[in-house]
Amino acid sequence: MTTATDSLSTDHSKATADGSHSHGVGPLPEASRASRPTSFDVADFAVPHGREEEWRFAPVARLAPLFAAGTDGVLDGHGVLTTVVEAPEVQVEIVERDDERLGKAGKPGDRTSAVAWASFPRATIVTIPKEAVASEVTSIRIEGVEGAGTHEAALEPSATHLLIHAEALSQAVVVIDHIGHAALTETVEIVADDGAHLTVVTVHDWADGSVHASSHRLRIGRDATVKHIAVTLGGDVVRITPDAEFVGEGASVKMLGLYFADAGQHQEQRLFVDHAVPNCISRVAYKGALQGEGAHTVWVGDVLIRAAAEGTDTYELNRNLVLSDGARADSVPNLEIETGLIEGAGHASATGRFDDEQLFYLRARGIPESDARRLVVRGFFAELIHEIGVPAIEERLIGAIERELEKSMSVLDSLSEGHVEGSEVSLTTERA
Amino acid sequence: MSTLEIRDLHVSVETKEGPKQILRGVDLTVASGETHAIMGPNGSGKSTLAYSLAGHPKYHVTSGTVTLDGEDVLALSVDARARAGLFLAMQYPVEVPGVSVSNFLRTAKTAIDGTAPPLRSWVKDVRTAMDNLRMDPTFAERSVNEGFSGGEKKRHEILQMELLKPKFAILDETDSGLDVDALRVVSEGVNRVKENPDVGVLLITHYTRILRYITPDFVHVFVDGKVAEEGGPELADRLENEGYDRFLSSTPAL
Repeated sequence: MTTATDSLSTDHSKATADGSHSHGVGPLPEASRASRPTSFDVADFAVPHGREEEWRFAPVARLAPLFAAGTDGVLDGHGVLTTVVEAPEVQVEIVERDDERLGKAGKPGDRTSAVAWASFPRATIVTIPKEAVASEVTSIRIEGVEGAGTHEAALEPSATHLLIHAEALSQAVVVIDHIGHAALTETVEIVADDGAHLTVVTVHDWADGSVHASSHRLRIGRDATVKHIAVTLGGDVVRITPDAEFVGEGASVKMLGLYFADAGQHQEQRLFVDHAVPNCISRVAYKGALQGEGAHTVWVGDVLIRAAAEGTDTYELNRNLVLSDGARADSVPNLEIETGLIEGAGHASATGRFDDEQLFYLRARGIPESDARRLVVRGFFAELIHEIGVPAIEERLIGAIERELEKSMSVLDSLSEGHVEGSEVSLTTERA
Repeated sequence: MSTLEIRDLHVSVETKEGPKQILRGVDLTVASGETHAIMGPNGSGKSTLAYSLAGHPKYHVTSGTVTLDGEDVLALSVDARARAGLFLAMQYPVEVPGVSVSNFLRTAKTAIDGTAPPLRSWVKDVRTAMDNLRMDPTFAERSVNEGFSGGEKKRHEILQMELLKPKFAILDETDSGLDVDALRVVSEGVNRVKENPDVGVLLITHYTRILRYITPDFVHVFVDGKVAEEGGPELADRLENEGYDRFLSSTPAL
C-alpha cells in the first residue's frame, strides 16, 4: 500500500501526520506489536524470504550472510575487533557467553538478532558504577578486520555482543563507532537502572561492501533518562532495530536518528517503544537525506501504550529529504494506544524533495543554487544535531554531513534546473 | 547611475488549467534615485511583474525585454540577477528551517559582494540595521522566517534590503498585513535606502496608505496586465479618493 504524500515541502513546521496509519482504533491492519514473537532461540525465526512484515522493505538477499541459513543459525566468523577507551569512572570487561548479566534487556525479535545471540564468541560489558559520573566520553570502536579479506565474498559473517549498563544514579556518555569492512550482526544491550542518565551514540560508518544488522535493546528503570542516537552513513546495508522498554515509572527516552543514504545504500531503522508502565515519556525523531540511484531508506516507528501505561507522553517524528532522482524513502509510524488516560501521543511523517520556494528565496538573495541546496540540507539536520547535547559529537556529525554533502553535491551540481521537478522518484508514506 | 528598463513585457504563469497570460505589454523605466509606486486592483499583474523580474520559475516571459544598464536580465539565473543588483522583498517570505538569520545574511552578503564581509564591520552593520528596524538581537539566531509574525517577516525583508544594498529594490506588497506601527518602521527602512541616490525603488502596493510614509516620484496604475495610467504623487491621492473603479469599468473584460 503506497500512497504519495501531499506535502513535498522540506518545511517541517507545516508537516502533518498522515491520517492513513493505525491508531489502534478500529480494525487493525495487522496484529498488535505486542503479539510479535520474541525469543532467544534462533529456531523460532525462519529464514526471512522478504514478505514478512518486518522484512518487507529489506534486501534479504544482501542480508543473507547474517541469517546463517546453512549453519543452523550460528555464525563462527571473527571479522570484527572491539576496542574500548573508557572514562576513568567506567569499567570494561570481556566476558564469556554464559555471563549472567547478559540477555536481561528484552529478547531478540527477528532472525538476525537471534543469530547474534546464538553466535557471539564473547561479550563486552561496559559498566558505569552506581552514582558514578563519567568525566569523559567512553568510546567503543567496532572495526571490521581487514585480514578477513578485502573482497566482499571473503567477508566472514560475524556476531558481536555489547552490554552498556548504567547503574543507579550514574551518568555517562558512550559512543559506539562502526568502521571498516564487515558482515556483522550485533546486539547492543543498554540497561539504565533507576535514576541513571545515559547517552548512547551509535555511528555506522562502514566501508562499502559492508552488511550490518543491529538489535539495540534498551531497558529503562524508574526515573532514568536515556538518550539514544543512531547515525548511519556508510555500509551497503545497515538495518538497526532499537527497542526501548520502560520497566519503572517516571523514566524518559529520547531516540534520535540521522541517516544519509547514497546510491545503492539501504538504510533501515525499525524502532519500538514499549510503554508498559505509567508516567513515562518517549520522544523519537529521525531525519534522513537520500541521494543517488537506488538509495533506499526505511523508517518504521512502533509505539505501544499498554493499558497499564497511564500518563504516557509520546511523540515520534520522521522526516526524509530526497535530494535526487532514483531514491526511495519509506516511512511508517504506528501508534497503538490501549488506554485513554495519557498525557499525549502523536506522530508525524513527511518525505519531500527540495522545496523549490526555499531555493528560490535563497537564490533571490544571490546565493548560487548549489550553496542554497547545501544550506537547506544543513538546516534540515541542524535542529536534530543540536539536540544531541554532546558538543564533540555534534561537531563530528556536522563534519560528517559536510562530507556527505561534498559527495552528493558533485552530483547535484551537474543537475540542471527544473530537472529535479517532475522526475520519477518515489515519495511514499506507507502504512503497516 | 543605473537604469532598469522594462519593454513590452508579456508574462504567462503556469496554472492547473495551463498557461495563463498575466502581463500584456508592460513598459517601465526606473532610474537610480527614483521611487516608482505600482498600484492596481487585485489580479492586475503587480506581483507577477515582481516575480518575473526576480526570475521565479513559475513565470514565463513570452515576449519583451528587461535590461539593467543594457544587460539582458532575463538571460540571467535567479541568483545572478540578485548579484547584478536586483532585490525582491517578497510578499510571502519563505521559511528555511535550521538556517539562522545571521548565517543566511552573511551567506547572501558574501554571494552578492563576491567576498566575505570583514567580520567586525559586518557584525556592527547588522546590529545597527536591526536596531533601526526595532528587531531584538536574538532575532539573528532564529531560523529564517520560521515562526516569524507577519510584521517580523517584512522587517526581515527590509533588513536584507538594507544590508545587501541592491541597485534596484522591488517591494512586493510589503505593506500588506502590517499594523500602523510596523508600517512606520518598515517605511523608515525604505526611506533610509532611498536616501542613497544609487538605489531605485519599485514599490508595489494595493493600498495608498504606505504612500503617506514613502513618497513616490512616479505612480503607475496597473490594469489587466499593463500600465493604464501614469503620473506623479497626485495620482495616488486621486486613487485614494476614487479607488480603482474608474479603471475597472473602462476595462471590457478582465
